[in-house]
Amino acid sequence: MAKNFSIKHQPGFTAIAATCFIVLYLPIIVLVIYAFNAASSTSEWGGFSLKWFQSAWQNTQVVDATLRSFQIGSIAAVLSTIFATMAALATTRTAPYPGLTFKYAAINQPLMVPEIVTGVALLIFFSRVKIFTGYSGIGYLVAAHTAFCIPFAYLPIRARLENMDLTLERAAADLYATPWKTFRRITLPLLWPGILAGLMLAFVISLDDVVITEFVKSGGQDTLPTYMLGQIRRGITPEINAISTAFLLLSVAIVTLFFFVSRKRD
Amino acid sequence: MPDKPDRNAIEVVNVSKIFGSGEGQVAALDTVSVSIRENEFFTLLGPSGCGKTTLLRLIAGFDFPTAGEILLYGQDIAPLPPFKRPVNTVFQSYALFPHMTVADNIGFGLEMLGKPKAEIKARVAEMLKLVKMEALAGRRTSQISGGQQQRVALARALAPQPKVLLLDEPLSALDYKLRKEMQIELKRLQHETGITFIFVTHDQEEALTMSDRIAVMSSGKILQVGSPWDIYDKPAERFVADFIGETNFLTAAISGIGNGKARATLKSGTTIEATVAEGFQPKGNATVVVRPEHAKLTNSKGDLSGTVENVVYFGTDTHIHVQLDSGEDFTVRQQNTRSAGCGFERGDKVGILIGNDAAQVLKD
Repeated sequence: MAKNFSIKHQPGFTAIAATCFIVLYLPIIVLVIYAFNAASSTSEWGGFSLKWFQSAWQNTQVVDATLRSFQIGSIAAVLSTIFATMAALATTRTAPYPGLTFKYAAINQPLMVPEIVTGVALLIFFSRVKIFTGYSGIGYLVAAHTAFCIPFAYLPIRARLENMDLTLERAAADLYATPWKTFRRITLPLLWPGILAGLMLAFVISLDDVVITEFVKSGGQDTLPTYMLGQIRRGITPEINAISTAFLLLSVAIVTLFFFVSRKRD
Repeated sequence: MPDKPDRNAIEVVNVSKIFGSGEGQVAALDTVSVSIRENEFFTLLGPSGCGKTTLLRLIAGFDFPTAGEILLYGQDIAPLPPFKRPVNTVFQSYALFPHMTVADNIGFGLEMLGKPKAEIKARVAEMLKLVKMEALAGRRTSQISGGQQQRVALARALAPQPKVLLLDEPLSALDYKLRKEMQIELKRLQHETGITFIFVTHDQEEALTMSDRIAVMSSGKILQVGSPWDIYDKPAERFVADFIGETNFLTAAISGIGNGKARATLKSGTTIEATVAEGFQPKGNATVVVRPEHAKLTNSKGDLSGTVENVVYFGTDTHIHVQLDSGEDFTVRQQNTRSAGCGFERGDKVGILIGNDAAQVLKD
């Protein structure tokens, strides 16, 4: 053992690892604990209670924002996954050509451009569009979320496509399958785990977004994160902890679900 | 000439395939022409990079020729996409669809052709029987062995009854014993189905044992087409003689050509008779080849003389390497018997007798 280099046996490894875990998880643990606080303070423990969950549940603004988040998230996830699938096919199923790197950059642009810049740009752009069209609904948020979710959906789909044996598609064509049938019967079923992964990732990313949503939303279009941000400005009650805890559980559930779905397929 | 018993299934006419452009361009195939007869087991043989797989891909439709025509029973198929060609392929990696069962894999081609369900079912059952895989019809392709996957790949390609079956080094992933078994199996399938097989391999032994005719390829060209016997015993060029089996190369002065024969005067001064390929007129010095099993060692004076350098035992036979007095190397292969050794030892002075009809003049 001593001869092989092992990071576990470097001095200070345990201490650094422990510090990282504490910094990452202790605040979350504290947040979850205080969600069950009977007192209305986020720093003083007043006994166990579920009343903040109950109050959040009965708060129509919370329910309203949650439903809107889900609505935007699911539409944006589906749309961005469709675009991402097409982009992934176009960038892996052809021989490399000049300009391919530029296309990668264009697809992954939301990962590189600061969110605040995109937010401001969209605010200005959409305000013009609103004047022209008169439309001020939820569509702007859906469009913005779809755009920044594309790279997140793209990455797992492209990874899956790159690992896929091209000979399978060739074999299908050899057996009289037209390009569309080859896609339907061979490429799509084999790509499915990647598409599901992209879909869930896009959904979680959309659900979580604050910056761009804050700039793009019109009045009365709060999503759960922007509503929470607004509440915190007015002082924190354990209701925020309760909402956060529910949010956390949901995210963990989605990630776990994805893990099992992708494992079963392989 | 339609309806003649040995009409051509495939005719490759002046086909070239150039990859890349400008400085970096490579001719994978250089004006290749070859005819493949109906119902024959035809092999494209050559080292890797010789263009054999490229030619197969052009016939399958995975790639398109830069120039030339590919005729399938007289019709040019070169511009057609693969799904419009009545030609099926057995891939080197098998390329079985991992998300389908064995039976669904075999039925895929028929399904794509829009055949009725009942017909597909019957045909799949027939194919499963043909490759002896009835028991595993419902399995996933990941749950069967390499040899079984090979059989499924064959059944899948044969099920739509293609006009020509293309096989791209299908046996290379199998171990020695299984490969031998599948060689016999492939011959049987070809015989039973009566389909024209085009087989690609770099294994000369495989080519010799299985083929009706062989095309030997090198650097994007076909060097010689002929029966295994032609290719082995009457190689036209040095590459063919060298690539197929082991052989001895001797320099000789050629004289008196006629009737497909020439007189070759070896460096030792002895003159022997050698076969010359039709239409070939060698002048002056040429290379003459003699297979190791067509020469005999003797303790007295032979056509050539030299010293035994090495004796290698191979079980069925013994290879005796001789350094000739002229400086050239020569190997003699001698059949072993149970009772006696080969009778020669390192350092022995020996003569070599070259049998009548054993020598062949090469084009070089």
